[in-house]
Amino acid sequence: MSRVIYLDNNATTMVAPEVVEAMSPFWGERYGNPSSMHAFGGQMHRDVDAARAQVAALIGADPGEIVFTSCGSESDNTAIRGAVDAFGRRVNVVTSRVEHPAVLGQCQDLSEHGVTVHHIPVDASGQLDLVRLGEALRDGPAVVSVMWVNNETGVIFPMAELADMVHAAGGLLHTDAVQAAGKIPIDVRRVPVDLLSLSGHKLHAPKGVGVLYIRRGTRIKPLLLGGHQEENRRAGTENVPYIVGLGRACELARTHLDDLPRLAALRDRLEQGLLATCPDSSVNGDRHQRVATTLNISFEYIEGEAILYSLSDVGICASSGSACSSGSLEPSHVLRAMGVPFTAVHGSVRFSLSRYTTAEEIDYTLAALPPIVTRLRAISPFVQK
Amino acid sequence: MWEYTGKVLEHFRNPKNVGLVENPDGVGEVGSLACGDALKLTFKLGSDGRIAEVKFQTFGCASAIASSSALTEMVKGKTLEEAAKITNQDIADYLGGLPEQKMHCSVMGREALEAAIENHRCGRSGKRVLTGRVVCHCFGVTEEEILRVVRENQLKTVEQVTHYTKAGGGCGKCKADIQGLLTRVAGELLAAEQAAHARSPARKLTNLERIRLIEETLERNVRPALRQDGGDIQLVDVDGARVKVALRGMCAGCQVADFTLRDVVQSKLREFVSEDIVVEDAT
Repeated sequence: MSRVIYLDNNATTMVAPEVVEAMSPFWGERYGNPSSMHAFGGQMHRDVDAARAQVAALIGADPGEIVFTSCGSESDNTAIRGAVDAFGRRVNVVTSRVEHPAVLGQCQDLSEHGVTVHHIPVDASGQLDLVRLGEALRDGPAVVSVMWVNNETGVIFPMAELADMVHAAGGLLHTDAVQAAGKIPIDVRRVPVDLLSLSGHKLHAPKGVGVLYIRRGTRIKPLLLGGHQEENRRAGTENVPYIVGLGRACELARTHLDDLPRLAALRDRLEQGLLATCPDSSVNGDRHQRVATTLNISFEYIEGEAILYSLSDVGICASSGSACSSGSLEPSHVLRAMGVPFTAVHGSVRFSLSRYTTAEEIDYTLAALPPIVTRLRAISPFVQK
Repeated sequence: MWEYTGKVLEHFRNPKNVGLVENPDGVGEVGSLACGDALKLTFKLGSDGRIAEVKFQTFGCASAIASSSALTEMVKGKTLEEAAKITNQDIADYLGGLPEQKMHCSVMGREALEAAIENHRCGRSGKRVLTGRVVCHCFGVTEEEILRVVRENQLKTVEQVTHYTKAGGGCGKCKADIQGLLTRVAGELLAAEQAAHARSPARKLTNLERIRLIEETLERNVRPALRQDGGDIQLVDVDGARVKVALRGMCAGCQVADFTLRDVVQSKLREFVSEDIVVEDAT
């Protein structure tokens, strides 16, 4: 393929060249084990701690509250399981219907082991039903896990308000902030969540490294046992090159927060352009509480996978909530929870931008997509001429 | 991405026979917007009774569009009797294969074709109506349809049934029901096999087959026992029912050689080759 227009940054991102550069000494020259009792390994310990400080700075945390993991899913699983186990299981779990599978899978397993799990619904715009959340919190002490930003729609949950509600009810709040980091400012001093998950590869670091922020004083049982690393909070020799890369990526993400207005303008241009040129299309998700980089749009009468293959043929990468593109027969649980009609779910396409997205790429997509929609609609039996 | 063949991508990118035939002789419609795929097939017969014109409209993924396009190419020029014989596997084969999770696209093609032929013959509505007991309520799949697809494609697992018919792919509540249908078909197959076995009389073997079978029987059912005692056996000649063998090694000259020949070699050959065999000693 001669050119790739990558508009699937909520799936994964390019590793930033600065990150690659920061990681490069850690393969050959500086391969030591941070736990070693010699100066060579000891230096790696300092490198890991420097990265810890860089990550902490992105979210307003203390470096001692940062635990490195292998991925966002590990962070989510550790947070929920670890908090519930620390409570001795005499606790409810509260989550939403639109969470990432890593959260829903862990909650499912806990419910099979006797823990009560409440799934809070969302409204048509994808916003959490706070009345139902309040009811669930009155059911007893709870570990609450709700995402900060939705991966499919980009909708932002009101985390400060949620933290107040959960803490007033004596609960513990975990948030999957994998899609929030670098896309909205995060400050855990002002928005006092107790646990927070990050993933490296969603913010221009490599796949295979994540973070769990654990507020000082929060009791949590580790998932991986048998090592003193990360102050006994996560066993396993530190993945030094990736941790160093993630630190650098967080530093870059912080400086690029200034870039968000430009991305919001590009996203809006794409959104307005497609709505204007493609009849029977509609945007999914709260357009007022949404990150700058995500557009989820539905095209009636046609199916998402067919759109993705056609886009791929002209070098454009996106994703879809349709059943056929998910590998299962069920379309997006997020859009279904919002009550988006089946017709629109099957024809949904998600475009997600990054700081590397250019105006030229958006214009190319704006020119390429309408003919694809027209072609597929000409094949569809549901379009009445 | 799915592992689509070049043929699938070709039919997806440049589908053949898109649209609606004017004043069609048959119309078939299957699927719905809610299910995620749907197909409308129309055809017109020529004066020779063969399908002269056929067109499709499809809502669905790349392989659904490709399967529909392939189907129209396959039925063109066929009589309705010939067309009715097309199976979903034929459609998949025409495309060089489909990923198993996408086999339901080929089943949808076969169903639309059937509905269109039915519509032509009985004038019944071309919209496929569900007859019989509905097993999967999420995707509207009946017992009859599942049994048919299981039999035609020799499906063994619930997961395969989901790949081929979508049944069980929604809430999953009907999975036990589907397993029951699979068990029923497996039971039928077993019973049919046993009945066929009991009926067919043993065909007469050719001389060559007979000698081979004797050698195989000696190798499998006789030699291992003899070798345990340091002996062996050699086939010398076969003359009708008379089988001449020579005992070797420790068996040659053994005091119970007669017993070995009659109660081991002869009885095994009678069991596995033919009742009338007489073993002769050629040691």
